[in-house]
Amino acid sequence: MVWINAILQGVLLGGLYALFAAGLSLMFGVMRFINIAHGDFIVTAAYLMVAFVTGWSIHPAVAVVLVLISLTTAGYINQRILLNRVLGKDILPPILVTFGMSIIIQNALLEIFSADSRRLPAGWLETGSITISDAISIGWLPLMMFGAAVAVIGGLQLVFYKTALGRMLRATSDDPEIVPLMGGNNAHIFAVATALASLVVGIAGIFLAMKTNFDPSAGPARLLFAFEAVIIGGLGSLWGTLAGGIILGVAQTLGAQIDAGYQILAGHLVFLALLVVRPRGLFPKM
Amino acid sequence: MTQLLETTNLTAFYGDFQALFGIDVSVQDGECVALIGSNGAGKSTFLRAITGMIPAKGQNVNFGGQNVAGMTADKIHKAGMAMVPEGRRLFPSLSVEENLLIGAAGKRPGPWSLDGVYDLFPDLVAKRHNPGTALSGGQQQMVAIGRALMSNPQLLLCDEISLGLAPKVIKDIYTAVPKIRAGGTAILVVEQDVGQAMAVADRVYCFMEGRVTLSGTPDSLTRAQIAAAYFGSNEDEEAA
Amino acid sequence: MTSVDMTKTPSANLSMVLRLFLLAAVAGLAFAPWWAGRADLRLLMEAFSFLALAQMWNLLAGYTGLISVGQQAFVGLGGYLFFALAMFTGLPVLFAIPLAAIATAVIAIPTGWIAFRLQGPYFAIGTWVIAEVFRLIAAQISALGGGSGISLPVAIAKSLADSRAGREMVMYYIAFAIGIVSVLLVWGLLRSKWGLALTAIRDSEPAAEAVGVATRRVKFMIYVLAAFYTSITGAFVFLQKLRITPDAAFSLNEWTAFVIFIVVIGGIGSIEGPVIGVVIFFFLREIAADWGTWYLIMMGGIAIAVMLVDKRGVWGAIKARINLSIFPVSKTLD
Repeated sequence: MVWINAILQGVLLGGLYALFAAGLSLMFGVMRFINIAHGDFIVTAAYLMVAFVTGWSIHPAVAVVLVLISLTTAGYINQRILLNRVLGKDILPPILVTFGMSIIIQNALLEIFSADSRRLPAGWLETGSITISDAISIGWLPLMMFGAAVAVIGGLQLVFYKTALGRMLRATSDDPEIVPLMGGNNAHIFAVATALASLVVGIAGIFLAMKTNFDPSAGPARLLFAFEAVIIGGLGSLWGTLAGGIILGVAQTLGAQIDAGYQILAGHLVFLALLVVRPRGLFPKM
Repeated sequence: MTQLLETTNLTAFYGDFQALFGIDVSVQDGECVALIGSNGAGKSTFLRAITGMIPAKGQNVNFGGQNVAGMTADKIHKAGMAMVPEGRRLFPSLSVEENLLIGAAGKRPGPWSLDGVYDLFPDLVAKRHNPGTALSGGQQQMVAIGRALMSNPQLLLCDEISLGLAPKVIKDIYTAVPKIRAGGTAILVVEQDVGQAMAVADRVYCFMEGRVTLSGTPDSLTRAQIAAAYFGSNEDEEAA
Repeated sequence: MTSVDMTKTPSANLSMVLRLFLLAAVAGLAFAPWWAGRADLRLLMEAFSFLALAQMWNLLAGYTGLISVGQQAFVGLGGYLFFALAMFTGLPVLFAIPLAAIATAVIAIPTGWIAFRLQGPYFAIGTWVIAEVFRLIAAQISALGGGSGISLPVAIAKSLADSRAGREMVMYYIAFAIGIVSVLLVWGLLRSKWGLALTAIRDSEPAAEAVGVATRRVKFMIYVLAAFYTSITGAFVFLQKLRITPDAAFSLNEWTAFVIFIVVIGGIGSIEGPVIGVVIFFFLREIAADWGTWYLIMMGGIAIAVMLVDKRGVWGAIKARINLSIFPVSKTLD
């Protein structure tokens, strides 16, 4: 029974990982761009949320809106001013620039917020749960996270497949050289893609803040989870990323069930094993 | 007839390699002009230079009264030039209809719309929801042309639309040209198929090694003249 | 590609001058235990270690196109395997180090096989995941101290020499050798037929394959070679520190971030670059010793600036203007 519960918790955890991963998946899909600072942006969003709510006593609902607006705007500007300049055939500059960004963000957070770990108290959200049996219960927060993941990915799919913007994003992913001939401004399109990804990063960060203790150095671990979810699920598929997140989450919770110290290792090992047998992931689209 | 497009002494480089040496080409409103010449003569390079795909800063490309040289490709598109790129370059992730719709992103007022394109190329109606690239070569070419028309351009640029297509298919596609002209759009075609180019164009320019070697109306040019301009005369070859 | 002006003989002279200068510096450093104080010796040992790590990372990223952010895996493996061998088999230190490296190279074969299933930036992060796996495994091995790590038994450290000065000297010369050999190794490699293959791969992998270069095999060999030499350096580093912990052994910041900064600032894709990079890195570190987090923020900023301004780094920018070469690898008429 505890195993069934572990799997269930893993599935819900997968929702959080899918939220971490969706933004990464989007940026790679449209721009073939990996942002090594991705996890650090998630942590930044978490810190902003904590600062707004506990530091400045802003109402949580308002704080959520503020965080999302901040992340989305910052993402657009960062892409437009900085990251657009390193896009191109050479893979070194994007890796190094985002690596540099990661170091800067982690240390800036350290400087501003100190190394103490933080968390956002979420009241009834974090303690409340639905009890199914004496071994199985579903917490409200994990359930909300999973629901949010499904909603976000569903929303992104909607944007990509049912809107003019989405059409442009898909076209840019296919053939960025031809897009300007259709009147599309690549610099703007890339920035919009990043803004969209940053919106999702903001949502992920807010949930992170509620779910666990985090500190300035928590970014890289989140990047790795996001990356693993994307690869397991298959490049170019958002629903695949959800599946990837779930598999990773379940691998981790099962590992934790064996021994608490095995949680993250179990996730990495399952990722590597899947990389061996299905290097393109489960539902690859590119 | 008003001057729609006029290039003066246009040059273009790929890195250190000079591809165009002072090209003077003009297109009048509503005209159909053809650029002929062998592979590597510079015809496609010319199109890429005027549409902003390769840098042309400081040059003189007069389009509809303004100098568009040095402008970004998306702004030139919005000014009223639309390209049917060499090799079609449809978007594989988009359906036929979505490919057409994306052409309308920089939309100007005019007669062309989704329905108009489907009237022009009825074959596409049945395939409208297929992925853009899951079509025959000829049908893909129709989509590419339709995509360019959707923005209601003043000048339609067709880069080697006959490439890789069977003669009958090429003929079918070229029957669309009069209808496009009837809608008020001028056309500039780059064609390796000299016969087809001469049949459809009001005026012809012949390119060779980055220069215009001959120009005139199809009636006024003899086969010998064209052959000489296309391949280069014997004297020039010996000197080279 | 800019053309090489054959009449630039002043640059050939300048290259010779720089070479002599470097030789003099190396000769001076060879006698460091006699003129340098303890703190300076430690600094030099650290510099040689980073030089070796930088040469290896440059070999991977600058010549083979394999951008790894997981070389810390091999630093840590080198350290841990050395500790294990020295502590549990009683092998002398000078045998344990190379043996640890050979063992690491063997482990690098399956890990490389897995990592190579990913391309480009995904390969980079994949190497990172692999490093994390090793870190987490190391933390589980209680015989080696688990999460809190383990200290090297005094007896082993003392086996190097009787006096402390003697031990410092032995360790210095190990570091010296590791650093110098790393440069010679890369230089020799690039002057060999493998070097031609690497340059071809760097310029255009598809073209290299088209002319018959076994690109995958070459890349894999370089990956294993880099793992081997990186782990030798790792073994030495932790010999010197006398203590190893999973976090220190597999630290991304120390063994990847700093190394990448060194290579990128100095000039990627050249042998001279990492040398210059090490000098600049330690110079900056001395200046910024008290800055705390601002030092790291500055490093990150410099890395970004280099990528935006001139991704060829200091040496690349110099070389573009003057046809200099301290370690000539190309077969041209200079």
